[in-house]
Amino acid sequence: MLTLNVNGTRHQVDVDPDTPLLWVLRDTLRLTGTKYACGVAACGACTVHVNGAPMRSCTTPVSAVAGQRITTIEGLQSKVAKVVQAAWEKLDVVQCGYCQSGQIMSAVALLTSNARPSDKDIDDALDGNLCRCATYQRIRAAIHEAARNLG
Amino acid sequence: MNELRIENRSRREFLIAGAGLTLALCMPSAGAAAAGAGKLPGTFEPNAFVHIGTDNLVTVIVKHLEMGQGTYTGLPTLVAEELDAAWAQIRVEGAPADARRYNNLLMGTMQGTGGSTALANSFEQLRRAGATARAMLVAAAAQRWSVAVDGISVGQGVVRHAASGRKAGFGDLALAAAALPVPEQVSLKSPKDFVYIGKRVPRKDSKAKINGTAQFTQDVNLPGMLTALVAHPPRFGATLKSFDAARCKSVKGVVDAFAIPSGVAVLARDFWSAKKGRDALVIEWDESRAFRLGTREIVRQYQALLDQPGAVARNDGDAQGGLRTATKQVTADFSFPYLAHAAMEPLNCVIRLGADSCEIWNGEQFQTVDQGNIAAVLGLKPEQVKLNMLFAGGSFGRRACTHSDYLVEAAHIAKASAGRTPVKLVWTREDDMRAGYYRPLYLHRLTAGLDAQDKVTAWTHRIVGQSIIAGSPFEAFMVKDGVDHSSVEGAASLPYAIPGISVDLHSPKLDVPVLWWRSVGSTHTAFATEVFLDELAHAAGKDPLQMRRGLLAGHPRHLGVLELAAAKAGWDKPLAAGAAGEKRGRGIAVHESFHSFVAQVAEVTVRADGSFHVDRVVCAVDCGIAVNPDVIRAQMEGGIGFGLTAALYGEITFNEGRVEQSNYTDYPLLHIREMPRIEVHIVDSQAQPTGVGEPGVPVIAPAVANALFAATGRRLHKLPLRLT
Repeated sequence: MLTLNVNGTRHQVDVDPDTPLLWVLRDTLRLTGTKYACGVAACGACTVHVNGAPMRSCTTPVSAVAGQRITTIEGLQSKVAKVVQAAWEKLDVVQCGYCQSGQIMSAVALLTSNARPSDKDIDDALDGNLCRCATYQRIRAAIHEAARNLG
Repeated sequence: MNELRIENRSRREFLIAGAGLTLALCMPSAGAAAAGAGKLPGTFEPNAFVHIGTDNLVTVIVKHLEMGQGTYTGLPTLVAEELDAAWAQIRVEGAPADARRYNNLLMGTMQGTGGSTALANSFEQLRRAGATARAMLVAAAAQRWSVAVDGISVGQGVVRHAASGRKAGFGDLALAAAALPVPEQVSLKSPKDFVYIGKRVPRKDSKAKINGTAQFTQDVNLPGMLTALVAHPPRFGATLKSFDAARCKSVKGVVDAFAIPSGVAVLARDFWSAKKGRDALVIEWDESRAFRLGTREIVRQYQALLDQPGAVARNDGDAQGGLRTATKQVTADFSFPYLAHAAMEPLNCVIRLGADSCEIWNGEQFQTVDQGNIAAVLGLKPEQVKLNMLFAGGSFGRRACTHSDYLVEAAHIAKASAGRTPVKLVWTREDDMRAGYYRPLYLHRLTAGLDAQDKVTAWTHRIVGQSIIAGSPFEAFMVKDGVDHSSVEGAASLPYAIPGISVDLHSPKLDVPVLWWRSVGSTHTAFATEVFLDELAHAAGKDPLQMRRGLLAGHPRHLGVLELAAAKAGWDKPLAAGAAGEKRGRGIAVHESFHSFVAQVAEVTVRADGSFHVDRVVCAVDCGIAVNPDVIRAQMEGGIGFGLTAALYGEITFNEGRVEQSNYTDYPLLHIREMPRIEVHIVDSQAQPTGVGEPGVPVIAPAVANALFAATGRRLHKLPLRLT
């Protein structure tokens, strides 16, 4: 049994310790907003926050994050997160939408640590988040929009 | 898929539903006509396009797959426009598979999403649905208030009678309206009265895709559901010889493992157990009949065909004679690799069997084809297979497979396990990338002749590559005289005024499964024709824009986007120089696909080491009436990014029959840092609206290649583009 702290709630999970966090979130805790797309930390669709920092859950063994503060797209509560999501909606960033949970998790982490990111800061922070629909131009614009709205 | 054809033989009927007013608007075409002839007495038809509930919600049922292209926004816009509904009261629901009610009017009797047809199909069909519902709500209000319909207006979901000050919401009137006769005729709005069409309307799927609640197939969870992974053979055409599942079955969470026609299926309580179980299988494959060619051998075989005449796709004037008498000849061979769709959501399907029934949860482009193929595996009638339509995390043509490969696999698993539990079939990224159904590998050879005045007098174009259509239900009407239309589209339709044009085609057969890939034939024909035209401009000593202008006199819509893109890009002004050691260049290309016209100007910077960056793209599009300009812009931006991935990286290769790529690590996608600044300009048009999901894709690669030539003097004929 492992103890996980996900979105402020403690869960006892009976899984093999090598199980990637992604599959515990999706199959055990039924938090399906975090997506599976590559399984090798090459696309960022599975991005969650561990103690506030973005992490690829598809290659993180669940035992490595037991007891730590895990946040998924379903648990975003901060002001930064709300403003980011509002900017995403205002600019209609999404297309197919499958990668967007991961994009938003990375964007929220960026804006939490850097209130005024440049285009280069954005490119660096979101380099590992792929979007097959190539919504990148709007992702950049939405992050700038959120930064403005956060003052 | 080929021509824009709006059928007007509409049958309209309102049906009384418990919770309000449901409008079924059927436009039967050939095969469905008999079933749609008149209202069947005493039947309730739950499937319709518009439902108005007493709760004041208007549900628009969309028969197309939402895979990112915005159809869940664009199609409801048409209903909302003529219904004069408030956008906030509109909700969207995916249609079930039902060829009779939800066939694609441009695809005959099948229901399907593809060829950028959704909006063109629906522009009249759904506006009429909205207008009819509006007329009945107005009639119900007139009856209730004992006033003439003339004095009643509708706006933002409220029905008003100005003279008496009365008003009512749609929900208040829904039941009364449902009891009224259906008007024989309704008039549609004049474009000057449009409230939504032509303006930005927010996407209906944004919120759910931002907060993690949007339901994709991958997210479905049913009581008792097991996850299935399948071990596929390592080469196309290989089959299962034997397997040992003892170690697999000892993995915690694994429930069963068994053979199915496409490999060995492992059923487990969750994905990770299924994957561990699959890894523990010991399998022997029979590869005696397997595909064993490498990319190099395929290319060598195709090169031999480039020297031989193929099936004629177009023959205008005397191209061969023109070449013989030309004072200057230009020739170039082009090559295009196999490409994977690589949508973010790997292929998957949820299936549940009942007694004489089957239920599917999936995002599909070919709903009724899939329904039929699943039914055949299970020994059911197609109508016994119920589809619950979900969002697809991308598709780009992959979920439009006439063999329904992954769905048929799910059906075999359900059948083999006797339908004891619902099953979610999940393909890993590696399974998805290695399963074939690629955009085919193509070689092209183009030769042109110029006369003493540097006028192009002859153009010959030969294409070699597998047919996507051969062996599919589309063969009857998309392959004519040995020419697969989808292999030559964009080449046979070359718009340039050249006296002699010949286009011919070889469609060799290979055991690599191939499929349409966003913008289909234009993925290669646009590159070959637009890069080659640039070479001719260079040979003629003309500016590439001037050259195109001079040859497009009879094609005003090509010219329109070309001029708009050039003007907005500042084509007549010199490009700003790069930093020390950098070279900059600008290229232009124009192409029609799926009846929409797109021109792009690309600006590139080439670094000293030969690497390059696309800095800016100016895009002009003419897609007729611009129903939702923001969705159009989004599709152009995304199409450019998608096309740029192919231009920079896309390449599936074979070594002795094995696919050499497996994941995004060796089949990279465009990263955010590589995304250029994109400006989209939409031509003001009153033509019938046409699609935008695909037409933005094919133009970027030739525009970039032409820009690289302008920067470096090097002409690239091979995708992906490599200067080093």
